[in-house]
Amino acid sequence: MPENHSARRSEQSFAGGRHTLARLLSEYGILLAFLVLVVVLSFASEYFLRADNIINILRQTSINALLAIGMTFVILTGGIDLSVGSVLAFGGIVAASLASEAFGGGVVHPLVALAAGLGGGVLLGAINGLFIAKWRMPAFVVTLGMLSMGRGFTFIYSDGMPVPRIDERFLVIGQGTFLGIPFPVLILAFVFLVSWVILYKTRYGRYVYAVGGNEKSAQVSGVNTRWIIFSVYAISGFCAALAGIILTARTTAGLPQAGQAYELDAIAAVVIGGTSLSGGRGTLTGTLIGALLIGVIGNGLDLLGVSSYYQQVIKGAIIIVAVLLDSFRKRD
Amino acid sequence: MSAPNRSDSAAPLLEIRDLTKRFPGVLALDAVNLCLERGSVHAICGENGAGKSTLMNLLMGIDSRDRGEILIDGRPVQFVNPKQALAAGISIIEQELNPVPEMTVAENMFLGRESTRFGLWVDARAAQEKARQILASLGIELNPRLKMKELSLAQIQLVEIGKALSYDSEILIMDEPTSAIAEKDADRLLDLVKSLRDQGKGILYVSHRMNEIFRVADTITVFRDGRCVSTQLASETNRPEVVSLMIGRKLEDEYTKNNRIQPEVALSVRGLSRGDDFHDISLEVHAGEIYGIFGLMGSGRSEFFDALFGVEPADEGEICLFGDRCEHRRPKDAMANGMALVTEDRKKSGLVLSSSVRDNVALPNLRQLSCGPLILEGREKDAVQRITDRFRLKTPSLRQIVSRLSGGNQQKVVLAKWLLRSPRILLLDEPTRGIDIGAKGEIYSFMSEYANEGHAILLISSELPEIIAMSDRILVFSNGRAVGECSQAEARQEELLRLASLSVHEGEVLHA
Repeated sequence: MPENHSARRSEQSFAGGRHTLARLLSEYGILLAFLVLVVVLSFASEYFLRADNIINILRQTSINALLAIGMTFVILTGGIDLSVGSVLAFGGIVAASLASEAFGGGVVHPLVALAAGLGGGVLLGAINGLFIAKWRMPAFVVTLGMLSMGRGFTFIYSDGMPVPRIDERFLVIGQGTFLGIPFPVLILAFVFLVSWVILYKTRYGRYVYAVGGNEKSAQVSGVNTRWIIFSVYAISGFCAALAGIILTARTTAGLPQAGQAYELDAIAAVVIGGTSLSGGRGTLTGTLIGALLIGVIGNGLDLLGVSSYYQQVIKGAIIIVAVLLDSFRKRD
Repeated sequence: MSAPNRSDSAAPLLEIRDLTKRFPGVLALDAVNLCLERGSVHAICGENGAGKSTLMNLLMGIDSRDRGEILIDGRPVQFVNPKQALAAGISIIEQELNPVPEMTVAENMFLGRESTRFGLWVDARAAQEKARQILASLGIELNPRLKMKELSLAQIQLVEIGKALSYDSEILIMDEPTSAIAEKDADRLLDLVKSLRDQGKGILYVSHRMNEIFRVADTITVFRDGRCVSTQLASETNRPEVVSLMIGRKLEDEYTKNNRIQPEVALSVRGLSRGDDFHDISLEVHAGEIYGIFGLMGSGRSEFFDALFGVEPADEGEICLFGDRCEHRRPKDAMANGMALVTEDRKKSGLVLSSSVRDNVALPNLRQLSCGPLILEGREKDAVQRITDRFRLKTPSLRQIVSRLSGGNQQKVVLAKWLLRSPRILLLDEPTRGIDIGAKGEIYSFMSEYANEGHAILLISSELPEIIAMSDRILVFSNGRAVGECSQAEARQEELLRLASLSVHEGEVLHA
């Protein structure tokens, strides 16, 4: 019996140790994974840490990160937005058409084109929000419908053709740099900052968390829960359209098929970043790290010459592990 | 476990020796000893955090112990999951009911061990028949084909008990079994507990409610700070002694009440109706008054509060606050008029469990705590600190996630968030449900003090002693109608209960 006893003791302390390890991993796991990945890649490829490659990663990530920021608002309320890829294409094509001489109606000022594209995105997002908030339909169904309708609108509007010959001044949005930093990265930084302030420093942000955590409690506490739910879809639409405009300006043409399946990477970034799909829990910084992680994996594996087939497997595995870590955190 | 064995065996049904469990930072159970005999009810009392839940988790194999032994019929056991505990004859009826709402009564009772035909498909009829038998043996008439979502809380509770019995368990653990149900149903439940005891089962009865404990328990064990501070025969102790053992000091008086009613009418309601929920409710509450509303579950009392507060507005009737007619279309309107509502179920509608103490307390007050859209965090922190100090909230920090607080402290968070607004009229729906005696006392003295400052309080409670002790006047609800009103002096438990159980028809006669 005595030796048995001591054995049990050590087992207990081991279990205790594992407990803290699991907690550390779930709190900082993603950041840690990200840093480890960066270190490994910097040894594996001398090109990886070069300034132009880093800038390249950031530029590539900016599109997904923008979608993921909008998606974070939505998921924090306990919803989901599957339509971001289509809204991205719609916003991009609307802006491109107004900034292109190839499209009937002539060229308007690039800022007007930008505003119109963003307005288009907000409109589609608002339609999502209306059905979900006002008529209490499941977000999954409504945004799945919009995924299809948004793409359809885009093809109808552009007659299925790309919109080329876009005003040079408009292309600056995607191709310009400031102090060597590409505009898309600067726009992302700006949007991230504004979103961070909204989520963590304003009443609106608190309400978003409260609605996702417990809609009924939020309602009884005097929060206009329908307005909050409606508005997060409009925000997501805005972010998606902005990403579409940047993509258009970078590729110098509005492409109606742009952004297909982009919603998956956006949701992945949010989930990897530790935001709970049931709402109420999560951080914007986590989302940014999630998006960067996805970007770095793609870039690093490209540099190492790993086939894109394997990349998909690895990305999927990371999503599952991230959610597993999240479930540890919940149990704790 | 044959009959002769049972009488020969000197070993008790369940014995716990030196049981110890440590969590990071707390010694949750400290060398606890306990003995449960066959055919007896052993009550476990203690405040929240005294170690009752830990004890139950260790017994059911949910947590692993650090030291000590658990013996069933004299044989040491060590469970690693609840399934093993169930197989060994221990089942538990938990305080938080976890029904699957879309499944039927029978499906819920046999969840995870459905009997099958030829090992293939589920034999639904056999399960329904068995469920009917078990429920009937408990004296419950309930169609086992009903879906759980169609049942009342009390019925769900009874199904859970049926489920626990369906395991043929010798040892039953009941965790606060009456916390969610009305007095009348509670009576039936206590009778049930006694009959189970008479069948030779051993019952561990965990409860805060002294009334019940002294009605059913043979033995009473008091836990405090993870230690077992006393085990006595119920016949050899009394209520004040147990309470003072629980809280570790003498409790002068459970209820505090010294508010003074003022002539001014704070709230007047005339002819308020909404659908089938409640009909033609009229009342007047004065400043400084505590006005009780008593009714059974489903009598429309909580729905009435929802209508007053604009959560679901009334169809007809009028609400006047301090003489001004008010239209409450949503909670925001009621809040602007100085009303606050502490809802019946703090987890469902009182708190955002995944958020911090600060975020919860600030939620209904953010407009006052911000400048434009921006929250003034310094002012917010001061305000939250001030109000939580007033309620002596025990929390490691204001950043603590509220789901990790005890029930009493969670309730204090709900009170704090509404009191920060200094409402003129406070609606309290079951404000002391499921919290320990110490915290209850604090809430009573707060109510008395707050009313005495000239505010009006409306109190819904299913606990008769509480509502009689705290209310100046009591209105009785039955089937959505107000069937009678009496003053504190006139109030008798039996009479209130009789009124509350009246059918609509009788109620109308009484009114006429």
